[in-house]
Amino acid sequence: MRSAFVTTLIERAKQDKDIYLLTGDLGFSVFERFKEEFPTRFIDCGVAEQNMIGVAVGLALSGKKVIVYSIIPFITMRCFEQIRNDICLHNLDIKIVGVGGGFSYGAQGPTHHALEDLAIMRPLPNIQILCPVDSIEAKLATQEMLKIKGPFYLRLEKEGEENIYSKEFRFKIGKANMIKSGKDITIIGLGSILNNAILAAQKIEEKYHISIRIISMTTLKPLDNNIILKAARETKAIFTIEEHSMVGGLGSAVADILAEAKSDVYFKKIAVPDRFVEQAGSQNYLRDKNGLSVQTIQNIIAKIWKSTTNIK
Amino acid sequence: MFNYAKIRNKVTTDILEIIFKAQASHLGSALSCVDILIVLYFRILKINPHQPLAGNRDRFILSKGHAIAALDAVLAERGFFDKKLLKEYCTDGSKLLGHAHYNSVPGIEVSSGSLGHGLSIANGMALAAKRDKKKYRIFVLLSDGECDEGSTWEAILFASHHKLDNLVVIIDYNGWQALGRIKEVLNLEPFTKKWRDFGWSVKEVDGHNSYDIYSALRNIPFQKNKPSVLIAHTIKAKGIPSLEDKLESHYRLPTPEEYNKLINDLK
Repeated sequence: MRSAFVTTLIERAKQDKDIYLLTGDLGFSVFERFKEEFPTRFIDCGVAEQNMIGVAVGLALSGKKVIVYSIIPFITMRCFEQIRNDICLHNLDIKIVGVGGGFSYGAQGPTHHALEDLAIMRPLPNIQILCPVDSIEAKLATQEMLKIKGPFYLRLEKEGEENIYSKEFRFKIGKANMIKSGKDITIIGLGSILNNAILAAQKIEEKYHISIRIISMTTLKPLDNNIILKAARETKAIFTIEEHSMVGGLGSAVADILAEAKSDVYFKKIAVPDRFVEQAGSQNYLRDKNGLSVQTIQNIIAKIWKSTTNIK
Repeated sequence: MFNYAKIRNKVTTDILEIIFKAQASHLGSALSCVDILIVLYFRILKINPHQPLAGNRDRFILSKGHAIAALDAVLAERGFFDKKLLKEYCTDGSKLLGHAHYNSVPGIEVSSGSLGHGLSIANGMALAAKRDKKKYRIFVLLSDGECDEGSTWEAILFASHHKLDNLVVIIDYNGWQALGRIKEVLNLEPFTKKWRDFGWSVKEVDGHNSYDIYSALRNIPFQKNKPSVLIAHTIKAKGIPSLEDKLESHYRLPTPEEYNKLINDLK
């Protein structure tokens, strides 16, 4: 995802002389080309994220389009008040790009895990939030985001995520992407963890002879309410999946919509339990340990499918 | 002709009236920086009240956003907006808030209120001016208490590293923060030395002597390739005998009797 983002950014920066890239001293082997091509528009602000956001704000108030980049906890939590008061309140053309969604920095420990970022960014007025599932969505999301003025949070993972899409498609911010149609169950997910849900869904479809709808909710905010309500009407159960805390992320957002619509669809969140993860491990290892393995997802969905069909 | 005393009396009267009417707070903070603001807006800043967003204007950021009553009063006096609007300060439904807000009246560049944000934003503006080869300058007013914030020191490092000599910080050094004297809560001294060691060019001034403030700010930068900082020694609640240099002036107002006398004396 990261190379898709930076390659797209460089293409855009060639045409748009107002694009500035600020980093909090991170991005080794990521930004060398940008720095080489646009030396005056690349600023390493040092390990000082609060000031970096302020600098971005000053640049944006002077007509620049600014990208600020760091690892997710540092670019969202360390400088959260600057994001709120200075970027969002002034509604500025600043794109906050965080790398390391979920357990992408698995072995580095809980300081580097990104499991609460969506919960804190969602309530901010004026911001739009994008969470691509693979490098194709990352490219399209970056392209579209750079066309629109205003604050964005782009949640990237790292490198080497499996591609869900085989080719580019018409991507629209605020509109969810239907990966696969289906009439019995719906899975709504964001980020590359959706891959695990796709694999689990295939197995369930084979075993129970049902069809599962799969939706990538690339834009978490503004949320595509219609696609959720449609799934609630047309399928018997909705599952959300995200590599994020159980609290405040995609699942919570979808739950809000369903509850207010008085929907009687069966609904379950699949997400990371509300706890710190204090074990080393690769992204996949930590996913497995936190209820996000293909097998666990399959078990959860199968159990509920069986109970749902028994009731009906 | 520029009559400083007359402008000062009018602005001070407005500040007292609006804060007293709204029974608002931060009177002491507003009065400690009133001379700095008048000198800036009437003598130093290249601004046009009729074109508040002109591209080549000097920028001013009130980082100590709680002193907004003083900035609102100075902007109104300078002709940025009607004084009738000023009288709404901090009353129900008014756009004039208790902290600086960019969408409130013409002339306010950014919202502030949480301390330690303004200098970083000024850094970005100064950097943009440098990159665009523009001549305008950026002025920021910080409180002394605001220099407790780590983000302020991040910004101080950044400005000198990038040689932002189009950037001027003015410190309203009244010696008080919200719960006590600076030297008792979190000491900043040796303050001048700290700024110098961080690569800034420093001047000190009596923050109530308009001529000295003007002389100090007349030539920017103080030194080529360095950001400038003017440490202005001020008195909290300057001009109100019962509150001058007192912590209470951050929260309390003069009695109605004292208020009436002050207003009469300023006429």
